[in-house]
Amino acid sequence: MKGLRIIVLAKQVPDTRNVGKDAMKADGTVNRAALPAIFNPEDLNALELALRLKDENPGTTVTVLTMGPGRAAEIIREGLYRGADGGVLLTDRAFAGSDTLATSYALSQAIREMGEFDLIIAGRQAIDGDTAQVGPQVAEKMGLPQVTYVEAVLKVEKTKMTVRRRLDNGVETVKAPLPLVLTVNSSAPDCRSRNAKLLMKYKHARTVTERQEATEDYLFLYDSRPFLNIQEMTVNEIKSTPDQLGLAGSPTKVKRIENVVLQAKDAKRLTAADEGINDLMKELIDSHVIG
Amino acid sequence: MNNIFVYCEVEDGVVADVSLELLTKGRSLSNELKCQLEAVVVGGGLKDVESQIIPFGVDVLHIIEDPRLSPYTTAPHAAVLIKLFEEEKPQIALMGATPIGRDLGPRVSSALHSGLTADCTSLEIGDHEDKKAGKIYKDLLYQIRPAFGGNIIAWIINPDCRPQMATVREGVMKKEILNVKYPGKVNRLEVAKYVSDVDFAVQVIERHMEKRKLNIKGASIIVSGGYGVGSKENFKLLYDLAAVLGGEVGASRAAVDAGFAEHERQIGQTGTTVRPKLYIACGISGQVQHRAGMEESAQIIAINTDPDAPINSLADYVITGDLSEIIPKMIKYYKLNTK
Repeated sequence: MKGLRIIVLAKQVPDTRNVGKDAMKADGTVNRAALPAIFNPEDLNALELALRLKDENPGTTVTVLTMGPGRAAEIIREGLYRGADGGVLLTDRAFAGSDTLATSYALSQAIREMGEFDLIIAGRQAIDGDTAQVGPQVAEKMGLPQVTYVEAVLKVEKTKMTVRRRLDNGVETVKAPLPLVLTVNSSAPDCRSRNAKLLMKYKHARTVTERQEATEDYLFLYDSRPFLNIQEMTVNEIKSTPDQLGLAGSPTKVKRIENVVLQAKDAKRLTAADEGINDLMKELIDSHVIG
Repeated sequence: MNNIFVYCEVEDGVVADVSLELLTKGRSLSNELKCQLEAVVVGGGLKDVESQIIPFGVDVLHIIEDPRLSPYTTAPHAAVLIKLFEEEKPQIALMGATPIGRDLGPRVSSALHSGLTADCTSLEIGDHEDKKAGKIYKDLLYQIRPAFGGNIIAWIINPDCRPQMATVREGVMKKEILNVKYPGKVNRLEVAKYVSDVDFAVQVIERHMEKRKLNIKGASIIVSGGYGVGSKENFKLLYDLAAVLGGEVGASRAAVDAGFAEHERQIGQTGTTVRPKLYIACGISGQVQHRAGMEESAQIIAINTDPDAPINSLADYVITGDLSEIIPKMIKYYKLNTK
């Protein structure tokens, strides 16, 4: 076996799990700037699955593909620090406002420019939308089979692989032909941490835009160390029709957004004092809520 | 043409609850839109799905049956829906936000280039004015869901593409038989016309499905814990209280993510939706994501160290303090008062 060519789809997301009090602005809208941008958790599980395949199958390459604004290059560097071989940042104003379908279209057109591959692995879903749609939609656009909710690869053969899926109430072992799209659950192993050597090697890895904006003294490095170039793709580097991109290519529109305003009920207030809790339990028993 | 379609999941000959809930919702939407309600069942070894489905007010039930169509794999089920939707041109297509629906829906929506909204908590019919284009759209499906970690509620529409597709979690909609003698038709589809051999490239070679051990949805009392419970060990207090009261233990997403409780216990938009007689929220701040799954509980007790926790606004009783002190007292006084 000559090794697998793997593309990992990853997304930089606001950390919606840690929404603190300053995450909402005074007018009640979400203050995105106050939320740290992180590597989407299940995409890290996907990366780990890819890296394990690389460990076990010499000659395997892992490339991280992400679509997002310029700063999303951060998660490509995170991927490189953990063992990925390269990364592609798909970034352009033309992609702004994309729903899952327009995102999948742009990603699949970028994948077509990335050469041959055996496997596309993505996290099941991103925590800012929880839709779980992009993986299957990329599979459909590429005309490939998909296996979702994967937590382990059991066996790799020349033209097929066997994986274990974790469902709400059980597990399935599934055999599927390559090339293939997998989406990975959080029940899969956690991603390894950064490797110190790789961190040293890749800490100056930059996209072309980052290099143009940089004031650092490391610019001389990029000719002698081509691995420090993070490939940037814009709409010009992919074949696309404008009506499939961004807002125009998104069938779903947001009609209205409401911030959640909490209206208080008239609640009975108690403390840990014995008397109040005794009364509460009596009341619940008397009204047949409990007992 | 222009009807509402519900994809019904069947496991061991039994139609899933979430599918029946969607049929009830689909029936009321089709009454409002004055169109028909149609259902689709794709599977093998289907016994009597007609009598389970048609009483919910289904006008046409499409059945496509082949032993290879069960257990579910993506490609053949997607092939059936894509072709059937191309022929029948539904205006709305609904499926459960289950592992199957969330695998199938995006595949179908991508092939048809129709929008899909995941995990809706409410579906309504309404109009939309596109001021830029000077266009008015009548009778669109408003697909309503919390977004951005539950900090906002979004109304999503698909003005131009059909079908308007949405997935909905189990337990969010009510399930109600309309009429046991409802005069619905059965339309059996010919497998070879919809599915080809290459669609079976992915094979399920082994399968262990457990009957659900936990029945959080059916529990009349739920003691639920959030991140504020602090640890897996502290969760034991919740189990103690649930055992004494005859209830089940639930958890918020933050508690599940932190490893305090199993995934099956998760309550909220991306977990189970519950409507118990009594919901005791321990150390749960009350993000919308969680509230969406429990706000219809008949009575709510919130135990929190933060007197201003958002969950308190839902609660009938707010207990401010340390749950490791409060829960043992609740157990003690419950026992004393029921002796």
